[in-house]
Amino acid sequence: MIVELGHFALILALMVALVQATLPLWGAQRGDARLMALAEPAALMQAVLVAASFGALTWAFVVSDFSLIVVVNNSHTLKPMLYKVAGVWGNHEGSLLLWVLILAVYGAAVALFGQGLPTRLKARVLAVQGLIGVAFLAFLLWTSNPFWRVDVPPMNGQDLNPLLQDPGLAFHPPFLYLGYVGLSMAFSFAVAALIEGRVDAAWGRWVRPWTLAAWIFLTIGIALGSWWAYYELGWGGFWFWDPVENASFMPWLLAAALLHSSIVVEKRESLKAWTILLAILAFGFSLIGTFIVRSGVITSVHAFANDPERGVFILMILGFFTGGALVLFAARAGVMEAKGVFAMVSRETALVANNILLTVAAFVVFVGTIWPLVAELALGRAVSVGEPFFNAAFTPFMVGLATILPVGAMLAWKRGALGRTLRGLLPALALALALGALAFAMQTGRSALGPVGLMLGAWVVLGALTDLWARTGREGIGARLARLSRLPRADWGRVLAHGGLGITIFAVAAMLSWKVEDIRVVQLGETYPLGRYEVRLDEVHEVEGPNYVSTMGRMTVMRNGAVVAVLSPEKRVYPVAAMPTTEAAIDYGFLRDIYLVLGDRQASGGWAVRSYIEPFANWLWGGAIIMALGGVLSLTDRRYRVAAGARRGAVGVPAE
Amino acid sequence: MKRLQRWWADCPPYILAFLLLATPVAAVQPDEMLADPVLEARAREISRDIRCPVCQGETIDDSNAPISRDLRIIIRERLVAGDTDEEAVDYIVARYGEGVLFKPRATGSNLILWLAGPALLLVGVGVAVASGRRRGMVPEAALSEAEEARLEEILKK
Repeated sequence: MIVELGHFALILALMVALVQATLPLWGAQRGDARLMALAEPAALMQAVLVAASFGALTWAFVVSDFSLIVVVNNSHTLKPMLYKVAGVWGNHEGSLLLWVLILAVYGAAVALFGQGLPTRLKARVLAVQGLIGVAFLAFLLWTSNPFWRVDVPPMNGQDLNPLLQDPGLAFHPPFLYLGYVGLSMAFSFAVAALIEGRVDAAWGRWVRPWTLAAWIFLTIGIALGSWWAYYELGWGGFWFWDPVENASFMPWLLAAALLHSSIVVEKRESLKAWTILLAILAFGFSLIGTFIVRSGVITSVHAFANDPERGVFILMILGFFTGGALVLFAARAGVMEAKGVFAMVSRETALVANNILLTVAAFVVFVGTIWPLVAELALGRAVSVGEPFFNAAFTPFMVGLATILPVGAMLAWKRGALGRTLRGLLPALALALALGALAFAMQTGRSALGPVGLMLGAWVVLGALTDLWARTGREGIGARLARLSRLPRADWGRVLAHGGLGITIFAVAAMLSWKVEDIRVVQLGETYPLGRYEVRLDEVHEVEGPNYVSTMGRMTVMRNGAVVAVLSPEKRVYPVAAMPTTEAAIDYGFLRDIYLVLGDRQASGGWAVRSYIEPFANWLWGGAIIMALGGVLSLTDRRYRVAAGARRGAVGVPAE
Repeated sequence: MKRLQRWWADCPPYILAFLLLATPVAAVQPDEMLADPVLEARAREISRDIRCPVCQGETIDDSNAPISRDLRIIIRERLVAGDTDEEAVDYIVARYGEGVLFKPRATGSNLILWLAGPALLLVGVGVAVASGRRRGMVPEAALSEAEEARLEEILKK
């Protein structure tokens, strides 16, 4: 019964979304206040209905209702409760329901918190948001309905893929979706502005928080996924340039570009058309990501051909929204006159450079991701594109970005003085170069990647600190320190986000170039050297888990005879899914992780063991968290907190 | 080599999938590795750029599939026989096609892949410079005719 109510709520949500997508838009065109006023309650109602539907599906998973196909395919009575709940979005149908739920919640958030928005703009934004809702609700109901029953319910389910039964991955999809779908807000605002035919500083101020929030969620979601890959997949890799990963990385790059260009719109009323285009592209890439992940087209052309219905549907959604918005853009972009002008050397120019580099980087990822498909379909040429390609083709743009970042962040708006800015950054530059040279001198016979990464990372971090210090004025130390605590949160946010990026750049380079690896057969009780450590395999025994059987080793890591850590790497077999997994044992440290993986028992006796020292691994996730924290600080800046009330009088001013 | 290809070519896909799942051999095994650390390092370097022919998006260095193990052993045999890195890679490509290369060779249509990024960068910079020019990036430096006249007037006084 609850399941039927959930199904019914979903159908009702589609009806409400239809109303939300049409009448307010018509009302805004005609100037009919009553029709425009429909948008708000419709958006709220849609969110409530989809939430009810999502709740019903969650309930079905919690009580293991095996009359539902999705529950049968993705759950099992023995599964821990956390993964029963996470199982709701651990499959195609449920994850799309989550997608739609988040979409509806964002729409409701505009209805609730958008009190200061001009009525007409608000009606149009909500209508566009509703239209996206219509498309995805229809997709859900017609091709991916999570509420379909089976005729004869089985006694038990087929379990969730064991690799996905992990806390890191349980929360990875919701964060990613909050990010993907968050970009729909920027899209809706962009399309509404195109219909309206005007963009002003207030518009920039409205779009930026949504983009920033989406970017924060994407940052956390990608970091969670990468962390999961690091400890779960068993060889210490953290990024594989896999199509599904790229699908989340492209929107992240474009969201980063968009949140920088929307600053220019907000502060200088320039780059308007470009920002609109970027907003369309960012959401377009979210849709492409959804298409890639959900259609399976990239992993195998044949998988797509076997079940083309879903893929074609998403492709149609993608074509309609991106194509429609681009046509609208082509027709109306000319109206967006720039107000603020700027010199060749200025913060604006630096942000344009940032935008070009980020967009080109996203494009490289895009081309690399779809090239195997294009080459096979159009040219009949079998091609694979993987990590070595991206390392060669993507990295240069990031190096360029990191090089100009500290300078660009400190240039003045409108007209900057390159010489003065560079003089201020001289200590940071010297220190970064010195650190890079030191690292190069200390390592022998390895690639230059590590030292260059250290240099770039240090340059960005020290540049961010210089930026912060420069914001405190020119008086004595005491006065400057006092001013430090009174700086707007946006300044702290910028410095933290840039610093976090620097740390991440350094950690990526360090992990790629300074990793220590050891693969060998170890007898029980044998000790072997690993870098500066010694590792002993003490014992191996069988352990029974709730829904798996585990072969667990006990290994002691020592340094000069003193015990550093006792670790238990595991090999698990999940009988229901008939799938083995490796559970690496990791001793987390500030400067390095010790990462041990237990392999197979050898015919000759002893066990295959792989051991790694992963330098600065925690700095990678730490850098991502600092970046996200910078975003949160920026989001809570005073100008956004007071914006809702204060902008009311100013928003009516046209851009022309 | 021939025997190997026949082995998995005749194998029904579901059996193959089952075999892949049922054998949790994790990537490079100790018994495959070469005693010479320089040769071994070269072999690892090569195998990180080669895709496992039966899996998606996994290098033979990471893959658990039996075919990947065979490829890793072949690479090591070639290196021991005195092949250069390029010759060892060519040996694999000649038998499994260029689709096993994770870094596609920049030849023919693959040039599109390699040049797409740099090309867009040039377009982006070009558009930015052109639109900057069109806007007149520093119009505040120039005075309008009326302002010039007014300035002249002031200076004359």
